[in-house]
Amino acid sequence: MERRYLLGNEAIAHACIESGMDFVSGYPGTPSSEVIDTLRMQQDRSYYAEWSVNEKVALENALAAAWCGIRALCTMKHVGLNVAADPLMTSAYTGVTGGLVVMSADDPYAHSSQNEQDSRCYAHFARLPCLDPATIQEAHDMMRDAFGLSEEFSLPVIFRPTTRICHSKGDVELSDVVKSIRKGEFHKDPRQYVVIPAHTRILHKKLNEKQPGIKKRLVELGYNRFEVKGKTAIIASGIGASYVQELLPESVSFMKIGAYPVDEGWLSEFVNRHEKILVIEELAPVVEELVRQVSCCVPVFGKINGYAPYEGELSPQAVAVIMHKAGFIPENPFPDKVPVQNLPPRPPILCAGCLHRGTFYAIKEVFKDAIYPSDIGCYTLGLQLGVVDTTICMGASITVASGIAHSGEKRDIVCTIGDSTFLHTGIQGLMNAVYNSAEITVVILDNSITAMTGHQPNPNTGVTACGVETPPISLEALCRACGVGFIKMVDPYDINGMVNTFQEAKKQRGVKVIIARQMCVITARRLGVKRGRFSVDRDTCTGCGTCVGFGCPAIEFRDEIAGINDLCSGCGVCEQLCPVGAISREEMR
Amino acid sequence: MTGSFDILIVGIGGQGTILASNILGEACLIEGRSVKGAETHGMAQRGGSVESHIRIDGKYGPLIPPGRADLLISFDLLEALRFAHYLKEDGRIVVNRHLVLPTSVFTQNLAAPTEDEIIDALKKHPLCLLDADAMARDAGSPLSQNVVMLGAAAGTLPLKPESLLEAVQRLVPKKTVAINVKAFEMGRDFSRIC
Repeated sequence: MERRYLLGNEAIAHACIESGMDFVSGYPGTPSSEVIDTLRMQQDRSYYAEWSVNEKVALENALAAAWCGIRALCTMKHVGLNVAADPLMTSAYTGVTGGLVVMSADDPYAHSSQNEQDSRCYAHFARLPCLDPATIQEAHDMMRDAFGLSEEFSLPVIFRPTTRICHSKGDVELSDVVKSIRKGEFHKDPRQYVVIPAHTRILHKKLNEKQPGIKKRLVELGYNRFEVKGKTAIIASGIGASYVQELLPESVSFMKIGAYPVDEGWLSEFVNRHEKILVIEELAPVVEELVRQVSCCVPVFGKINGYAPYEGELSPQAVAVIMHKAGFIPENPFPDKVPVQNLPPRPPILCAGCLHRGTFYAIKEVFKDAIYPSDIGCYTLGLQLGVVDTTICMGASITVASGIAHSGEKRDIVCTIGDSTFLHTGIQGLMNAVYNSAEITVVILDNSITAMTGHQPNPNTGVTACGVETPPISLEALCRACGVGFIKMVDPYDINGMVNTFQEAKKQRGVKVIIARQMCVITARRLGVKRGRFSVDRDTCTGCGTCVGFGCPAIEFRDEIAGINDLCSGCGVCEQLCPVGAISREEMR
Repeated sequence: MTGSFDILIVGIGGQGTILASNILGEACLIEGRSVKGAETHGMAQRGGSVESHIRIDGKYGPLIPPGRADLLISFDLLEALRFAHYLKEDGRIVVNRHLVLPTSVFTQNLAAPTEDEIIDALKKHPLCLLDADAMARDAGSPLSQNVVMLGAAAGTLPLKPESLLEAVQRLVPKKTVAINVKAFEMGRDFSRIC
């Protein structure tokens, strides 16, 4: 036993090692990424770990490992579960032999996501057990027990932490690590693993028959529990339960839901012995709908009757507002404080020296009146530069581009996609665009890493999750194999070179691919690449503002003169943009 | 209600707020106290405003409600002002005298408060204003800025300075322990006069 101050995801990773996990796969996505990042960095590793190319691939790998009798974990963010939904739904039918835990990290408030979907709904849809921790300690304990629960019911278990669990920190009680000793072996059983109609109808029935046992077991495990204190009650789930406990009056009963499916009989007994119920949960009204189903005549307060918001994340003050509105506390204990108004915002921004900024600049120079579909990655921040017109989900830049092209839109269409996203689900869009003769320009923003989620390697990096060298995939050869005729490489730090290539592409018909390759500036810094820095000659600068328009955080503009601050990483693009030659490289110190 | 001591550490992505919060968490462990925290990861980290919540003796959720923080540690003047509403009426501010204007100010021509205007606005709270950049350079490395800030906050924290110093030694890179110990002491000495 040991106590450590850990990030939620580190505690979750440690729990996996405590339970003797044998196999882990996943695709990075905030807030889930640090689980595999922690596991793959362990010195003395007895389990197999991989970053897969996408979540469907990751889940199918993990599922197969669990079919072979070993304990497997598959991690992703909530929207990744959409990609993995196909194997997920049917994995509930086939079941597993070794424990399989599917971690799908939800992101209420969409801190770093394109939507606020609720993974508990997937669990309900697939009829799989789902664990929803309220604290880091509980996340750790649930993850440690999840593999056993999966084996007990021969079903994958969905583990659903939220951002405020994954990226919170706390003192966590850990147990000893266990070495993975299992060796997988596949036992042929077509009735289980070949889901032809004749087999799947039987498997579906078996899945349904497991449900009552699961509900009972989750209550026994103490994940779902209550304390009767008075005539009114609050039912809360996930991290919402922690916020409620901070405010809970002595005379109010409290039920905490931490696992699904919830036993209706058990819930009904609690609900119907109270006169008034408030349900507090983030995102979808999963618990609330159930409470309303079992309540005979007890008034229920929640999202459905407007007492709690459907969207965003909860916080102590948000919960206080709901409790006050529903009459569970006489007044809001928190002072009504608002931030100072009209301060200039500081949203995230592409780093100084980021390769994408130069590429976006050149795209805009050549394709002035064009449509710019884009994708998910750091480069979505190109929105600030006016070069991102659409972003919907991973891999959707090339598909959206070809859809727009076939719609009759007359303007040029130039889409951007990162290397990791291209390999995730972009390549199908490219095949489709070539196959169906779309008129588009595809720019692959190639920094050879999955940068935004914390620099995880991908097949284009040339190294595996555990640091083993592997042949890097050739994006050029891939595009060639898809049938693309025009494929050019450009250096994002060479504006003229890019402009010339884009102009050439503009004249060509069909699908054109331009690969803009340069190392991520953060990776470069970590590898010790030193490019020096640039400065502005105050006497030469005319204050025209061309460099400021480039939007680099290293460029400032005070007293009608440009300046370059400490953030400069020496990419040299601004030197090429300055019309009067006022910017130059400083002497290396 | 909790009896936690609530600290908000704010700055700009990349400034080292996470190490500062780790040092506080480690110091709590050394003293055997419970601690909860929350921080910014992912896209929001790229040069944007970042915040770390730390609740010493915290038992429930990791988030500090506005108007409840006992201490605000800020690596940047503008960020101190952006998050000042999290403080209690008598909550203290330890802030680095350093102002990085957001790029939006230059690209969109937005109005921004001056250093003096920000400092005036912050003065309604007990304020410790220090040049942590310069002090960190004097200590031996500009990267020890976050430890200077913690040193300056040490007198306000419900933690023993020995625990904080021990935590600093455990968490900074081995080669930089001496520099960071010096940085911590410099911050602590300064806090006696601000």
